[in-house]
Amino acid sequence: MLELAIGIILGCCALGAGCAMIAGIGPGIGEGNAVAKACEAIGRQPECKGSVTTTMLMGCAVAETTGLYALVIAILLIFVAPNSLVGILLRSIQ
Amino acid sequence: MKRSTRDKIIDILLLAMAILPFVAAMVLKILTKPAAEGITVTGAQIFFTIPMPLMDLTITESQVNSLAVIISLLGLCLYFTRGLTVVPGSKRQIIAEFIVEKATSFVTGNMGERFANFAPFVAAIMGLSAFSSLSSLLGLYPPTSDINIVAGWAILVFILITYYKLKGGLWNYLKGFGDPIPFFAPFNVISEVATPISMAFRHYGNVLSGVVISTLIAAALQGLSNMLLGWLPGFLGDIPFLQVGLPAVLSLYFDLFSGCLQAFIFAMLTMLYISNGFPEEAYEQRQKAKREKALHHA
Repeated sequence: MLELAIGIILGCCALGAGCAMIAGIGPGIGEGNAVAKACEAIGRQPECKGSVTTTMLMGCAVAETTGLYALVIAILLIFVAPNSLVGILLRSIQ
Repeated sequence: MKRSTRDKIIDILLLAMAILPFVAAMVLKILTKPAAEGITVTGAQIFFTIPMPLMDLTITESQVNSLAVIISLLGLCLYFTRGLTVVPGSKRQIIAEFIVEKATSFVTGNMGERFANFAPFVAAIMGLSAFSSLSSLLGLYPPTSDINIVAGWAILVFILITYYKLKGGLWNYLKGFGDPIPFFAPFNVISEVATPISMAFRHYGNVLSGVVISTLIAAALQGLSNMLLGWLPGFLGDIPFLQVGLPAVLSLYFDLFSGCLQAFIFAMLTMLYISNGFPEEAYEQRQKAKREKALHHA
């Protein structure tokens, strides 16, 4: 029974980490849009390539934040959560 | 102008100060870390703990490495600014002047003339962040992939932002939370607190994701080369030939590009948050009122 419980904890942590990384879709689309528009802008006005690139990198980094939140949650679920959850389970049994 | 031997010795000592911390950190890592088997993605290694009344103080790899980066940067700064002359005489003075000029124009371009004296702070944060991320090129644990280090910088920046917002008066600061209608106050408080959290997580997540992906790819390549080339006779079968090359290309992106980009973005966000949060009109009004009061008294 205990093995089953620990197995459920480990499996659900892995599933949760995978689900959390669905959030990677959003930044991908957003950054793609940003880069596409930046390319258009540079094509139209090649002389402001420098400032357009700087602004684009800035916007990309800000758009990436949500994806990084998901990454942090996934890493916590994989490396931190199983240990603490199994610990809680073992303590509650005793 | 002939340089004396003493100058040369000091130069060599300063250069050693810039290089030796990294060597010491690498030696420390080699001595304390056992050879890893398979995939290991761990946090910073704890070297030793100092017992303290409230909580044990742990000295971790990231603290040691960031101290190494700080000492090394200090050594570089001292080396570049030694023996300055009015007319640039040496190569390093030209380099130092170039860096200082770039930093000053970068800061005044983004924050305005009022914040021109922010250039050393922004340049320091940028250099520290870039060197910390780049230290992973030497095989060290990059201090920026530890949330504690980056959160410290973010909290420092948050204190600065709040200090400059308070320059317009306490009432003006509090009134800003009820913008545009008082109903939004809780959301404004959340967005205020989210500033340092998002700054810290952005930087740390970017560097950490690079570390995790590089480790995974290196482990996968080792397994692949064991499978494909394991039939080679003797010790040749044990050498992971496929690990040559590809990890270096990844490191070019994750360590060099991403590290420098994140340093740039951290500095940029610092400048933007501070200069955007500064209430210019309220500050001018307060200064004017103070001047009038002083005139009135006199």
